[in-house]
Amino acid sequence: MLRSALVLLTAVLMFAGPAEANKIFVTNERGNSVTVLDSQSWEVIATFPAGNRPRGITISPDGKELYVCSSDDDTVRVFDPETYGELHTLPSGPDPELFVLNPAGNPLYIANEDDNLVTVVDVKAHQVLAEVPVGVEPEGVAISPDAKTLINTSETTNMAHFIDTSTYKVVHNVLVDQRPRYAEFTSDGKKLYVSAEIGGTVSVIDVSTAEPSIAKKISFAVPGVLPEWLQPVAVKATKDGSRIYVALGPANRVAVIDGASDEVLEYLLVGQRVWQMAFTPDEKFLITTNGNSNDVSIIDVQAGKVLRSVQVGEQPWGVVVAPD
Amino acid sequence: MPNRWLAAAVFSVLMLGAFPLWATEVKTAVLRIDRVVGPPISRLDAPPADLGFAGAMLGNEDNRTTGAFTGMDYTLKTLAVAPEQAGAALDALKAEGIGLIAVIAEGDVLKALSDRAGPEVLLLNAGARDETLRDADCRANVLHVSPSRSMLSDAIVQFLMWKKWSRILLIHGSHPEDKLLADSYRKSAAKFGVEIAEEREFVDTGGSRRTDTGYVMVQKQIPVFTQNAEDHDVIVAADEAGVFAPYLPYHTWDPRPVAGSAGLRPVAWHAAHEAWGATQFQGRFEKLSGRNMREEDYQAWLAMRVIGEAVTRSGKADPASLRAYALSNDFELAAFKGQKLTFRPWNGQLRQPILLTDGRVTVSVSPQDGYLHQHSPLDTLGIDAPETACHAFGG
Repeated sequence: MLRSALVLLTAVLMFAGPAEANKIFVTNERGNSVTVLDSQSWEVIATFPAGNRPRGITISPDGKELYVCSSDDDTVRVFDPETYGELHTLPSGPDPELFVLNPAGNPLYIANEDDNLVTVVDVKAHQVLAEVPVGVEPEGVAISPDAKTLINTSETTNMAHFIDTSTYKVVHNVLVDQRPRYAEFTSDGKKLYVSAEIGGTVSVIDVSTAEPSIAKKISFAVPGVLPEWLQPVAVKATKDGSRIYVALGPANRVAVIDGASDEVLEYLLVGQRVWQMAFTPDEKFLITTNGNSNDVSIIDVQAGKVLRSVQVGEQPWGVVVAPD
Repeated sequence: MPNRWLAAAVFSVLMLGAFPLWATEVKTAVLRIDRVVGPPISRLDAPPADLGFAGAMLGNEDNRTTGAFTGMDYTLKTLAVAPEQAGAALDALKAEGIGLIAVIAEGDVLKALSDRAGPEVLLLNAGARDETLRDADCRANVLHVSPSRSMLSDAIVQFLMWKKWSRILLIHGSHPEDKLLADSYRKSAAKFGVEIAEEREFVDTGGSRRTDTGYVMVQKQIPVFTQNAEDHDVIVAADEAGVFAPYLPYHTWDPRPVAGSAGLRPVAWHAAHEAWGATQFQGRFEKLSGRNMREEDYQAWLAMRVIGEAVTRSGKADPASLRAYALSNDFELAAFKGQKLTFRPWNGQLRQPILLTDGRVTVSVSPQDGYLHQHSPLDTLGIDAPETACHAFGG
């Protein structure tokens, strides 16, 4: 009763005005917890245990289920984003690290690094729907806006695998640079960005034609930073595709890229070992997790400035923002 | 980068589906030359029968998984023989049409094999640390995935400098390889400004390494042996023959840490390393082999992955093309050490970070912060281009 009243209250509040606060959930890899921030005050409003070595995190489109890869527990834990209580777990295969939810909210596509598989899990029935064999050490997963194509990057095979989500068959493979970590579609579904951590590049793959091909490789250079430390990890594109943000890991920078020319515009200094990123729904802010400084950086997207950093738990890894 | 673009274009044309109807076979082998040696000081160090082979098998599996998407099929043959059969074993592999061979052998054996192999074969040194094989005695048909002695000694000495432990008591053994290692430490000390306060030689007087008296004699001998040394911050042991170094920690006259062949050791790999995705890699190896990964396994894995990466990127499978690609600016390899590994084109040595371990955890990784180089910080480890006496690579 209380919970439905709260939900109702929240729903009422959410329609009250445009600048509503959203909850930001950050997994703390070493702290075995999730830190909850408020996107208006940027204060920590809660911290709750999330199993052993929580890494990848996402939330259902309706904001009712929070999914966390508990890597060392070999499971995906599902939490209530309001009460922070654990609802149930999902079969994930061993050592889940990153995953992506179908835009419709079901199923969940999980990369299993140890088994060279992508596991497809029905989040309602809590069942494995399919296991797709891919390259060695699958890592990044992304889904096309039309939900027809699933991308998986394999870190030792160095490929982006294109998987048909209706047949679960690999239909294309595109070779990228060393240790591809993350894949991100533009919202028009025409371009795919794949970061290569050790290669130091982001491949821009043209997916508008029948045969995907690399259109460009973006490389990075920051004065005073050794090229070896420019290691691209997470990639995020704005909805209009005008800006692409790339987290550069131990270089402690986020690269801002022009989405039309795919040229680097500038580098923003954030915390140490910047890893994953998430936009607020209005795209006014971009939140980055900084694993070695135990904080998150808040980037003001319009101003192109780092607004502030907020201390979270030990070794923050993943981040997701609750929908409006 | 025209080569890479071409390769990318070729692949996007060729890879129409996940399961190509055609396949090119890439034949590889690991040739291990086993010299008869006594048991190691610690029975934990006794070599497993599949030393190196298991690492190569994992590398071959990795290549095959990738090959399933690219239309390349990989085979691996593993062979262990005594030194006197090394040449015949090489000939037999060549007769089978295998031209890509990882070799785990001592330096003199590898040198003889490289002279016998001819230019149509590419050998990948996954064992010998000898400097001369990368220097005056380098051979065009050998790429070194194993780090050299100077890379290892530089890795330790950089760490000692970072710690400001700048006075060393250098204790070396009496075997030729111990003396080469001691020489490497002398050069590293001169290169990075560490003072060798004193040197002592621990003479191997022979006899059984294993006795029932155990620690009793050691506890009396080592304090006496290390007594009255010049003032020093740290002991560096050069004991490649494995005769005395593990006895030094806790037994020295002065309470000083030990590095080198015991205590803090510079290694290409060790089984506790977890950073940079290594945990998954260790897990895959342990699942395959049922044991922990050794340096020889990592080096053999590297050898297979160098081949696999060169095949995947160049689309070729013959040794000459793969060698050329590996030595080109386009080659790079991710190998769980936090940055890409590339070859030094002037002597065929794979650049790589060196792990420093106490045997339980990764204590540090060299190159240390602040050791800069105009080309790559990795070139602060080992012989650099201006000093090389290797001319087989066009230098």
